[in-house]
Amino acid sequence: MTDTILRMSGITKTFPGVKALQDVDIEVRRGEIHAICGENGAGKSTLMKVLSGVYPHGTYEGEIQFEGEPCHFSGIRDSEHRGIVIIHQELALASNLSIAENIFLGNERSKRGWINWNETNAAADELLRRVGLEEKAVTPVVELGVGKQQLVEIAKALSKDVKLLILDEPTAALNDDDSAHLLNLLRGLRDQGITCVIISHKLNEVMGISDRVTILRDGRTIWTDEIENLTEDKIISGMVGRDLEHRYPEHEPKVGEEVLRIEDWTVHSPTQPDRALVRKANLTLRRGEIVGLAGLMGAGRTELAMSVFGRSYGVNISGRLIKDGKEIQTRTVREAIDHGIAYATEDRKRYGLNLIEDIKRNISAAALTKLAKGGWVDGNEEFKVANEYRASMNIKAPDVGAVVGKLSGGNQQKVVLSKWIFADPDVLILDEPTRGIDVGAKYEIYTIINRLADEGKAILVISSELPELLGICDRIYTLSAGRITGEVSRAEATQESLMTLMTKEEQEVAP
Amino acid sequence: MTVAPTNAELSMDEGPAGARNKVTRKVNFDLKSSGIYIALALLVLGFTVATGGDLLAPQNLSNIIVQYSYILVLAIGMVLIIIAGHIDLSVGSVVAATGAFAAVMMVDWHLSWPIAVIVTLIFGAVIGAWQGYWVAYFGIPAFIVTLAGMLLFRAITYMILGNKGIGPFPDEIRTLANGFTPGFLNNVGLGPLGGADLFSILVGILVVVALVFVQWRARAGRIRYNQAVDPMWLFVLKVAGPAVLVMFLVVQLARFRNLPWVLVLLAALVVGYTFVTNRAVFGRQIYAVGGNLQAATLSGVKVKSVVFWLFVNMGVLSAVAGIIFAGRLNLAGPTAGNSFELDAIAAAFIGGAAVQGGVGKVVGAITGGLIMGVINNGAGLLGWQTEKVMLAKGIVLLAAVAFDVWSKRRTAGAK
Repeated sequence: MTDTILRMSGITKTFPGVKALQDVDIEVRRGEIHAICGENGAGKSTLMKVLSGVYPHGTYEGEIQFEGEPCHFSGIRDSEHRGIVIIHQELALASNLSIAENIFLGNERSKRGWINWNETNAAADELLRRVGLEEKAVTPVVELGVGKQQLVEIAKALSKDVKLLILDEPTAALNDDDSAHLLNLLRGLRDQGITCVIISHKLNEVMGISDRVTILRDGRTIWTDEIENLTEDKIISGMVGRDLEHRYPEHEPKVGEEVLRIEDWTVHSPTQPDRALVRKANLTLRRGEIVGLAGLMGAGRTELAMSVFGRSYGVNISGRLIKDGKEIQTRTVREAIDHGIAYATEDRKRYGLNLIEDIKRNISAAALTKLAKGGWVDGNEEFKVANEYRASMNIKAPDVGAVVGKLSGGNQQKVVLSKWIFADPDVLILDEPTRGIDVGAKYEIYTIINRLADEGKAILVISSELPELLGICDRIYTLSAGRITGEVSRAEATQESLMTLMTKEEQEVAP
Repeated sequence: MTVAPTNAELSMDEGPAGARNKVTRKVNFDLKSSGIYIALALLVLGFTVATGGDLLAPQNLSNIIVQYSYILVLAIGMVLIIIAGHIDLSVGSVVAATGAFAAVMMVDWHLSWPIAVIVTLIFGAVIGAWQGYWVAYFGIPAFIVTLAGMLLFRAITYMILGNKGIGPFPDEIRTLANGFTPGFLNNVGLGPLGGADLFSILVGILVVVALVFVQWRARAGRIRYNQAVDPMWLFVLKVAGPAVLVMFLVVQLARFRNLPWVLVLLAALVVGYTFVTNRAVFGRQIYAVGGNLQAATLSGVKVKSVVFWLFVNMGVLSAVAGIIFAGRLNLAGPTAGNSFELDAIAAAFIGGAAVQGGVGKVVGAITGGLIMGVINNGAGLLGWQTEKVMLAKGIVLLAAVAFDVWSKRRTAGAK
């Protein structure tokens, strides 16, 4: 079993301003299940996009050898032609077409442009048997759950004579039964000689299914090792193993009384109403305290925050919100804002800003009535307020009439923060407040967060970057598969202990 | 709220000029926003030359306004809907249905005209609420809902009228649609221009004074808040230009038969809706919804209610247009308002509204409507064939939107 099917060496991929991958080496043996682990943003998905030709040859440095031959893929069709198939986290099925049509999409069983439906459906049925999916080939995909759709993706891969199957977070959206079935299927495919690369955050799955593990961190290969030599702890320390740098402003918290208590909060997925994304979560936020919420992708962080913020996400939401000792209802965003809750989104361009409007109109958007008398906005007051924020938040723009879409990421984030600070909330939820922002602007954002805490606001910071949470938070909750698995003070917390809690299984909920 | 800086910090930021000095805005000519006004001016100039001055003759100016007023009323409502990112294809049919309903009430049932007008406006609001419900709360694309509405309300018109027209309307309605303000005062002699109605001219002067006053107060407010303002020469130009236009229009009209009542109505609507879009919380929410629906939702804007009320508003304005149109013809016919929606939509887009929503102005839509009106009227004076007029309007619409897309791409590239 030392036949190497894939060798990627010296892969470096640069985006404007960021080195996503730096001199990455990875070797995959024929017929193994190879897991790639790393934090969010470690470069796993970028590496797989390089491999599959999403980033074509020439846009990266380094060399790819597949079955001993160098590869110069210029697109995803090239890599699929060689037998490399990638299944993305977000499934890419045409939901109104049948299973068979999806399996052979772009690869139709046809003669001179006319599809042979009998052959198509028969071949599809055969593939469905191989992946253990008991559905008819003519069933529309829309009628299948996510787990079954995942199997259709794999059947589709098999139809292309796949040699190397890459799965990006295949079980992230699946329930336990579907996950187990999928993992069994992967073992079966391995026995048939198909090589798998699996990207996963679920370390118990990694331990259970893979033969070897490669760790990526900050765009570099850390190590590759046989599963026999590994433990979950060892993987965790590989994933996080870096020191905290002095990238965070000093801050002495002045913690006051409780402002918001979230009790037994449960949220279900809007697309699969029987699947709980957040389960019986309990959190307490206090005046002047910066609280962190740590969790891997898919753990339910954003879902928790947005559902609290006026039920702007999820269905079948249950639980209680106690604000200043009284139970409150936040059925709409307006109600949440009126109760003094603010939520700054992780995706500012899609959900946070009106990019075609100017700075002042974005800042006033959430609290326009504060600038209005009898329904009429005082444009001069709006200008004044916006100018005050431009100065105090150090928004770099020629004036407050500048269009927000043209500002840098850091300045856009400051506009989002200004908008919510102007709404004058008691509780401020910041979802990935420094995503896509350069280091200097990050420091400024941290300083602003500290200042807001000193003014007596309760702050909840959601972040994928553990060093960031450890650097700015006074207390950190960990979320795993929708459950709060731990609550640690800044003094006790380490990256390793947080990562352990973040990957903890739901059975063993922390005290 | 203590994040706000002190005044000292602020004035530091405003530069060495300090807090009391006014900041003068850099003058840069913005072709994108002034393009349609230039286009209208060129069009008027061209047709004036081609018709030997007939286009601007007193009677013809009056005709343009009276003939095109209902499209302009519709364009006001349409541009708001387009700013919010929707569309309304049903307005032509709603014009017909409301006109028919008004006619039945006034002619067949002999209701007094003020009651009939109010009930018609409510009828329009109900139609708008019906469509607004499906678009905003049920979530069907406006294109589909109003396409269905186009058929539904045309059908209702036929059900109300059968296959015949109803008329004649009471005098008051005809006066509103077709009539002119009476000469309360005597004529004055304007030298070579002949006699003109003094009252109309006084109204014109009053409008100009109000215009200057409002602009001046806005400027003073901006200076008080240290906002950049235009240099004085540009300010004077920007006030004097419209003032001269208003006075020219009024004098010409005063020389003919005084001010058309529809012009008075239209002016009130334009002023009112301009204020709503610029300064009302509701108006600002329209732009927020069209600019980024999700961001507006997450900023606490009641998105559904905004869209719902926009359609209600469109229904009411369609009823206004329906009454004017029927009153003008003195007959409510089953084919009334055919393809009015297309003229109204074209007016909004020529006037700078963006297909993706979030951008547009009431004054722009009015200007867009006037561009179409001038083409119609000028072409009529020159005796063009229908196909030539359609050709001209089609090219203008395409050119206007192409220019908009092009200038947007250019500014995006410049960054």
